[in-house]
Amino acid sequence: MFENLSYLALQQYWWMIVSLLGAILVFMFFVQGGQTMIKSLGKTDNEIKMLVNSLGRKWDLTFTTLVTFGGAAFASFPLFYSTSFGGAYWVWMLILFAFIIQAVSYEYRTKADNFLGAKTYETFLFINGLLGTILVGTAVATFFTGSDFLVTNMNHSIWQNPYRGLELAFNFARYETFINLSLGLAVFFLARVLGILYFFNNIEDETILTRARKQLLVNALPFLVFFLFFLINVLFMDGFGYDSNGVVSMVPYKYFNNLIEMPLNTVILLLGVVAVLWGIYRGAFHYEKCGTKAIWFTGGGTILTVFALLILVGFNNTCFYPSTSDLQSSLTIQNASSSKYTLVAMSYVSLLVPFVVAYIWYAWSSLNKKPITAKEMEDDHHAY
Amino acid sequence: MEHFDMALVDWSRAQFALTAMYHWIFVPLTLGLSFIVAIMMTIYVRTGNELWKKITKFWMTLFGVNFAIGVATGIILEFEFGTNWSNYSWFVGDIFGAPLAIEGIMAFFLESTFIAILFFGWGRVSKKFHMISAWMVAIGSNLSALWILVANAWMQNPVGMRFNPDTARNEMVNFWEVLFSPTAINKFLHTISSGYVLSAIFVVGVSAWFLLKHRNVDFAKKSMIIAAVFGLLSSFYLVLTGDESARDIYHTQPMKFAAFEGLDDGTVSAPLVVIGFLKEVPDPNQPDVERFAFKIEIPNLLSYMVALNSNVFVPGINDLINGNEKHGIMSYYEKIDKGKLAIKALGDYKEALERKDQVAAAENLKVFEANYAYFGYGYYDDPNDLVPNVPVAFYSFHIMVILGVHFMILFIVILVLLYKKKIEKIRWVLYVALWTIPLAYIASQAGWVLAEMGRQPWVVQDLMPTLSAVSNIDKSSVVVTFWIFAVTFTVLLIAEIKIMVSQIVSGSKNEGGH
Repeated sequence: MFENLSYLALQQYWWMIVSLLGAILVFMFFVQGGQTMIKSLGKTDNEIKMLVNSLGRKWDLTFTTLVTFGGAAFASFPLFYSTSFGGAYWVWMLILFAFIIQAVSYEYRTKADNFLGAKTYETFLFINGLLGTILVGTAVATFFTGSDFLVTNMNHSIWQNPYRGLELAFNFARYETFINLSLGLAVFFLARVLGILYFFNNIEDETILTRARKQLLVNALPFLVFFLFFLINVLFMDGFGYDSNGVVSMVPYKYFNNLIEMPLNTVILLLGVVAVLWGIYRGAFHYEKCGTKAIWFTGGGTILTVFALLILVGFNNTCFYPSTSDLQSSLTIQNASSSKYTLVAMSYVSLLVPFVVAYIWYAWSSLNKKPITAKEMEDDHHAY
Repeated sequence: MEHFDMALVDWSRAQFALTAMYHWIFVPLTLGLSFIVAIMMTIYVRTGNELWKKITKFWMTLFGVNFAIGVATGIILEFEFGTNWSNYSWFVGDIFGAPLAIEGIMAFFLESTFIAILFFGWGRVSKKFHMISAWMVAIGSNLSALWILVANAWMQNPVGMRFNPDTARNEMVNFWEVLFSPTAINKFLHTISSGYVLSAIFVVGVSAWFLLKHRNVDFAKKSMIIAAVFGLLSSFYLVLTGDESARDIYHTQPMKFAAFEGLDDGTVSAPLVVIGFLKEVPDPNQPDVERFAFKIEIPNLLSYMVALNSNVFVPGINDLINGNEKHGIMSYYEKIDKGKLAIKALGDYKEALERKDQVAAAENLKVFEANYAYFGYGYYDDPNDLVPNVPVAFYSFHIMVILGVHFMILFIVILVLLYKKKIEKIRWVLYVALWTIPLAYIASQAGWVLAEMGRQPWVVQDLMPTLSAVSNIDKSSVVVTFWIFAVTFTVLLIAEIKIMVSQIVSGSKNEGGH
């Protein structure tokens, strides 16, 4: 079946899978967003416990999505993996560090003799929510704005900046830094919005939910500002395109042209943005009627929007990981991918994805039949 | 030899070793305890006996504490292939990445989805679904081990691929050959069975402590029976797969084999050193100096074990370095020459292509392909640089094997005493069981030290030396991240041990409850 597809079609298929994983990851960042609001939404020990436990039943899936995203990127676009991870060393190390301290925090927070105390683990969760979202968003923005690296004729990658990726977020002499950071901050505030909508759906406690409702627009507004700043800049900037010989050049309004030349993707993007906004609107102004369902609109919209943005930067002869040091070193889905054989082999494995989604859905539904309540926290011996 | 920043290489290795060894403190317990918990929960669901529910919950809590830190240390390993070994990532990404991706899709989601049900499903899902979730977690954990071990096995014995000179990387040509190579099968089975044995020792040891303190006797005995039976069966399997692994290494990594057997000079009817103490690191210029201060050996056994024929020749370290014409062994000197030819031919091939000189490109490609099997050797000038650290390989192997025998005997003794209802009376056995817990961790770590240090200087056997695999980063960055991870993991380990001990103590006082 997959053997009959062209090499390019397989590369596109795998870019779509990586994009989908990235999109699901951003949706799953509701865990990270929620973590940054534990202290602002929960004032008593039991309220904090409810919030932590609500998120604690999902954190591992976010973590798994991140790991699978990394694995899929390694497997399908190994030159991206070696270039970005080996190059932007400090950005990725900070992201990883943020996730290391998250992994133990839920399980250890309330255990006796946990060495560091509950407050330290709660701080770990906050750091994970803050750094994880902003840095991942900033890193993804460089797919549009470019990074400083070279690729040799033996496909060895050499990063050109001594700050090893930190310059992408902190070199304020470069305008693109603001574009990078704007996406980072947009992801951060979106994660907080998603976190709030998730609490609407998963917690049954009037005090917490009243505070959460007040926070919804407070976070939605900066999200919109930063996201629009990013989107407008991207659509009106010169982009990194390549011709049929693989020669890379700067193309005026490249990403805007991609919108026009890939209308289906544009529809997905628009649907996504509308769904995000619709979920926020319903959650903020029609809470009583559909507050618990708002997460599905905004969450689904997030997946569609991020997916469409990644398609925008990967398809239509666009360099998905451009080099500002040497245009010809820029990575495309064609020059950075695995061999056709490997893509075919992995494509068969990808057929398992619907099955995986189905059992995740079933398991979640089983667990989420009843929202979390204060009483449950008192009775559950394994509560975090 | 081409110039490499050896300080960077050493720090990168140190960082990877640090994260891998920390990770491996937690993973084996997860691998085995997940099955033990699943078995206990199955008994509870089938019998409805509340004591089994308490037993299940107690071990599940310890499993959860251990699982969390295993996840924390695991994520860094996957990404370190990119951050610290980026040249390697490209050179082998076409093969190595696929198992990692499959691991994520097939195993991690299974594990992470059902673990939430396992811990929070009490009263929320049916007993049967809860039990199935426990089995799904166990299967998911072990499946995740499968794929990463397939990838590791490929590095020890690269098969199912060809080198593409145009992309300068190895590309997969046969997925099944990668998945079902004897090295991969042995590595997977041996590694997971070692995890089962460690977990069984953990449960037996903690239960022994309960009995020593006269707390929850019935609870402890029931746990002990399950664990000892599971551990004994796993031990048999461990020995079988270990034997197969050693035979596989004899064929695919003869230098590693010679190093861990402490065999300098090859011989027919080679003896097996059962116990030995090395007196010094031998001088390569004085090959006749005896390496051992003391040794107990069994004549002919090594030859018999590798080929079921005691007359077979087993090459030693010196045979591999200097070659042995009589037994058809090419010297490392010759391999180095061929490797240098391959490296030069690849560079010339690339240059010829840029000049659009197809004739020169074809000629160089021919030379390259004829010598590619020795590509990695070309990075070296001195064959002695191709010998792993023999004392480390020798001791780690022998510690692992000797402790493995101890574990098996312990399980048998425990089961006999349980059967004869004398387990509480023979207190020294309980003390031995308790103090075997750290020994299990030592044996488990020794296994990986052997596997990874024994194959040096290769990151991919014969094709890519470790020194050429590192990222082009400055040493100071790696030094800083090394210490960040060292401090972080140590703090988390202390927290984990304190929590585990606290849970065990409170469990012993509260009939396994919390």
